[in-house]
Amino acid sequence: MTVVQVSAGWVPLAAALLLTVATAAAALDGVLAARAGGRPLGEGLLTPAAETARLFRQRRRTTVAADLPLQRIGGAGLLTAALLMVTVVPFGRWTVADLSVGVVWFNAMDVLLWAALWLAGWGPNSVHPLVAGHRFLAQALSYELPLMFALTTPAVAAGSLRLGDLVAAQSGLWFVVWMPVAFVVFCAGVLAFSAWGPFSAALGGGATGGVLAESAGVDRWLVTAGRYALLTAGAAFGATAFLGGGHGPLLPAWLWVLVKTALLLAVLVALRRRLPVVRPERLTVPAWLVVLPLVLVQLLVVSVVVVVRG
Amino acid sequence: MLSGIVFWVLAVVAVAAGVAVFRVDSMARATYALAASFVAVGLSLLLLDLQFLGVMTVLMMVMEMAIMAIYMIMFMGMNPALMPMSMVHGKRPALLISVGTFAVLATGALLVPWPTRRGAPAADLVTSLGEAVMESKMLVMLTVSPVLFATIVAALVLALPRSRYDRLGADLRGRADR
Repeated sequence: MTVVQVSAGWVPLAAALLLTVATAAAALDGVLAARAGGRPLGEGLLTPAAETARLFRQRRRTTVAADLPLQRIGGAGLLTAALLMVTVVPFGRWTVADLSVGVVWFNAMDVLLWAALWLAGWGPNSVHPLVAGHRFLAQALSYELPLMFALTTPAVAAGSLRLGDLVAAQSGLWFVVWMPVAFVVFCAGVLAFSAWGPFSAALGGGATGGVLAESAGVDRWLVTAGRYALLTAGAAFGATAFLGGGHGPLLPAWLWVLVKTALLLAVLVALRRRLPVVRPERLTVPAWLVVLPLVLVQLLVVSVVVVVRG
Repeated sequence: MLSGIVFWVLAVVAVAAGVAVFRVDSMARATYALAASFVAVGLSLLLLDLQFLGVMTVLMMVMEMAIMAIYMIMFMGMNPALMPMSMVHGKRPALLISVGTFAVLATGALLVPWPTRRGAPAADLVTSLGEAVMESKMLVMLTVSPVLFATIVAALVLALPRSRYDRLGADLRGRADR
């Protein structure tokens, strides 16, 4: 299966597809929230529409001596990073940007979130967002290196950084089968850079609301939608790099990508209500002393297999 | 045509953001203006087909600036980082040095007889870059990395007078807090 780069005219459609799947993720989260709260499920299903309507009618909130440009840049950064991430992910036989260093591109875009969330926290000139922005950076120091090595593993197995080659290398056996540790670490990394579930301390609904504490209206919508878009982009990349991408029987390749992305995304969204939030300062020791060695051993095993197979 | 437009846009952004570093009055803005300048430089490397180096520059520089912003704000005493402040000091010597450096480099670039190109670029630039780094330069890497690592560890030890003693107690055995 060869991947071809489509013309730039398809870019809006690709962006719309990402936002559609992200909306579905938000609807799923709404349904899970409704079930947990004992409300009717249909009400939960409409959460994305209701939230959008509510936030678009709400006034923006400005604080005293806020650094508005940085705040706006940071708030818009999540959605932007998600859209840029997904450009290198092949949708079946088509891709928007057939970059020879697609894996590194994805990694660079997730690093943009370091800046985005810190800026969104710095901008309002308010204590809780500022602290939360710093906490996100502390968390980033813990998750980024394991995530990098988890991204390296499939690239080593395929002998290429191009996502099309990663998919082609999985025609026989999906990477998740012989690099499960890297897959789990990658999924944790996606949760962490989306500040979701156990890693949502910086955006949590706890006592403060974190980075979002002073954010209302369209600013709040951008961050919330950006989070779902990030989860979606991460799931699409995971489905491509570990779950075989477009490979599968009967269905066309693009539909397989969509199905795998949707399933992985559903798991990531559902984890939010299953796992407790980890405090960022507690994360560093397990991340560096347990997860990093584990993923390095995984990388070593994969490298040895690649060398032995020739 | 298109790459010409992209180059000029990136060049203007890189220089304008570089100028902004010294014109703005806040630490955060200065740091991220520098990051924007580096991102524009990194993206312009893509025009030279140096995709790995270009994307890597973006990755490293954003990461670095995110951390640097924290350190700058943390170590600027008396809390001026949180208030408007000038980003320049020692204006006259700095101006003299920078204009002098620019003049020397520009004169050199114009006067040096540039050699004609020998050989052709490798087919796979990422592979050849990896070989260049990992083969002939490996000894340098092996020497440099322990020194760098020791520096990082030493800096952390100096910066964190208590660190693990906070978590594990004075005898490093139990849990002192929580």
